[in-house]
Amino acid sequence: MNKPIEDRLLAAGEAEAQWRREYAAQIGGERAVTNRSGIDVAPLYTPRDWDASRFDADLGFPGQPPYTRGIYATMHRGRSWTQRQLIGLGTPADYNARLMDVLAQGATAVSLIPCNSVFRGVDMDESHFELLGTCGTVVNTAGHMQRALAGVDLAKTSCALNDPSPFTLLAFLLATAKRRGTPWHAITGTSNQSDYLSHYVANHMFFRIALPGARRILGDHIDFCNRFVPKWNPMSVVGQHMQQAGATPAEAMAFTLSTAIQNARDCLDRGMDPDAFLPHFTFFFDISISFFEEIAKFRAGRRIWARVTRGQLGAKDPRSWRFKFHGQTSGVDLTRQQPLNNIARVAVQAMAGIFGGLQSLHTDAFDEALSTPTEFGARIAVNTQNILREEAHLTDVIDPLGGSFYLERLTDQLEAEVLRVMKIVEDAGGMYAAVESGLVQKMIGDSARRFQQQVESGEQTVVGVNAYRAEEDRSARQPQARPDPAAMRAHLEEFKTFKAGRSAQAVQAALGELARAANDPAINVFGRVVEAAEAGCTHGEICATLRRELGFGHVQAVV
Amino acid sequence: MDPRPKVLITKIGFDGHDRGSRIVAAGLRDAGMEVIYTPPWQEIATVVKLATEEDVDVIGISSLATDHLIVPKLMQALREAGLADTAVIVGGIVPDEDEQMLVEAGVARVFHPGAAIDEIAAFIRAIAPAIRARRLTA
Repeated sequence: MNKPIEDRLLAAGEAEAQWRREYAAQIGGERAVTNRSGIDVAPLYTPRDWDASRFDADLGFPGQPPYTRGIYATMHRGRSWTQRQLIGLGTPADYNARLMDVLAQGATAVSLIPCNSVFRGVDMDESHFELLGTCGTVVNTAGHMQRALAGVDLAKTSCALNDPSPFTLLAFLLATAKRRGTPWHAITGTSNQSDYLSHYVANHMFFRIALPGARRILGDHIDFCNRFVPKWNPMSVVGQHMQQAGATPAEAMAFTLSTAIQNARDCLDRGMDPDAFLPHFTFFFDISISFFEEIAKFRAGRRIWARVTRGQLGAKDPRSWRFKFHGQTSGVDLTRQQPLNNIARVAVQAMAGIFGGLQSLHTDAFDEALSTPTEFGARIAVNTQNILREEAHLTDVIDPLGGSFYLERLTDQLEAEVLRVMKIVEDAGGMYAAVESGLVQKMIGDSARRFQQQVESGEQTVVGVNAYRAEEDRSARQPQARPDPAAMRAHLEEFKTFKAGRSAQAVQAALGELARAANDPAINVFGRVVEAAEAGCTHGEICATLRRELGFGHVQAVV
Repeated sequence: MDPRPKVLITKIGFDGHDRGSRIVAAGLRDAGMEVIYTPPWQEIATVVKLATEEDVDVIGISSLATDHLIVPKLMQALREAGLADTAVIVGGIVPDEDEQMLVEAGVARVFHPGAAIDEIAAFIRAIAPAIRARRLTA
């Protein structure tokens, strides 16, 4: 017969006291262990750190609120995450060839990274030729998109476009669909870079319309997609930029949730139904190598979002409560020194994302700290996912680390820290105001410097950089893939010919309509962007028009 | 004249990832240098103008996404503006073959990810006096 519970607890108490004595005696002078979010990590966790009686309220079952264990009942056991590797280089024809290759290798969705000139809102004939196509594909017109997606059935293939405001790539995609006779309501995918606030927080490379204009265009974009492209996800809230720029995992989650709340409130202010737009909100996160912390970050984020959407945002449809996210392994953790070590780092980061319950995953190539990823590096990155799923069987059990005293305690602590930072943002007037005033940028800059100091002092080990250094090993270096200058030159000449041959009248009329919409809140700006794309206007022309009418968002010099 | 090395930290081209340039700018300032920092996306002509007006000893270009490919254009523009003695250093993701190209174009040094601020500061301190002397006599 079992002993009474009091006796067992007493015995456990004695056992714990004994362990504490032995631990202290053996460890000697121990320095405190703190994770990247500033949370102290204890050497051991027990039922006193996380009490299983909270199971029903705070964990529950996958597919049920608060979704701590995952947003779907079957999670990865039922359906694997989407392998969404980012691709983009050279001309649309180069991209198409690479795309066919990636699809043949088992990728299940399309992604398109445009050239940095596109991100910066200019056409190829306004760019430094040396840079064209070196970091992404040069897509400036609907015709370019048609070429890039030749052979891809738009009604059956999900497309993720790295497409910041004013969303010309989606406009080119819709124009392509119309030409091919594919109905817009059949099109699925995501506007990956629609979160203008993250572009202000972490400058990266995006064309930035001044804040008020960017806010309005995003609202128009969400509204337009809800009406005419109902399966499209127009809102991808991006925590990745912020963590890459230096935010701690907790800060990145907090700023991302605050951004999502801001955008949702803006939609509510337009009179939109939360259950119409929230199911099409998606999230995009960085996954650092701080393994348990990242898993806890995702579990805490899911729990908070479920409560926020049901509570203050008033959503009634469970699809609105689900925190769908794409994860990308963090390039910040990768090193140029001994680059093959990055394969191990990416595997650990990817595992954290998988145990964190992601819906799609991009694994970085090991050579990202050396160059733009090579095909060789990208193949290993894809196979890392295949190995984790099919050889290591990481997907056999849903939320396999759930119930770990440590992970549950850490999830609680991350949740508290995320809520603390969200409160700072809320007290500053919400995310829009907190970005406008530079508060968020300042917090992230401070965290970036703190982390750099930890690396420089050796407090945070980085193998090959501040510890375990070795002779430089160049055997892993692969030749850099760069677009063929002759093909790019031909692409440029063809573009100039296209522009000269268009109906100047139609182009001017469409741009005039776009300018008029920019100044009239009653007209949907994104609808005019789509019409301009159909009329043969180029990306640079559309961006220039909106920049002129709505102003450009310059970067403040903050060091 | 202020004996401290004077450094311009900036980014040219299309990319705006500025974590590296901000950390290096703050680190060099903490190391006792006079630092002029600009946000990303500067035109080459703007960098030349700023280097002239601010009379800097060293220009540091941060590059994450291939923007260093236009650094030779910057070197040319500096020579044309009579700033051939101003040193240019590059930091960021620079493949080996590009590093060779940059050195041939006259870049004083390329720093890669993992370089410590102390290492960058020591290099600038070592080259700055000679640069200053040459610039003053030129």
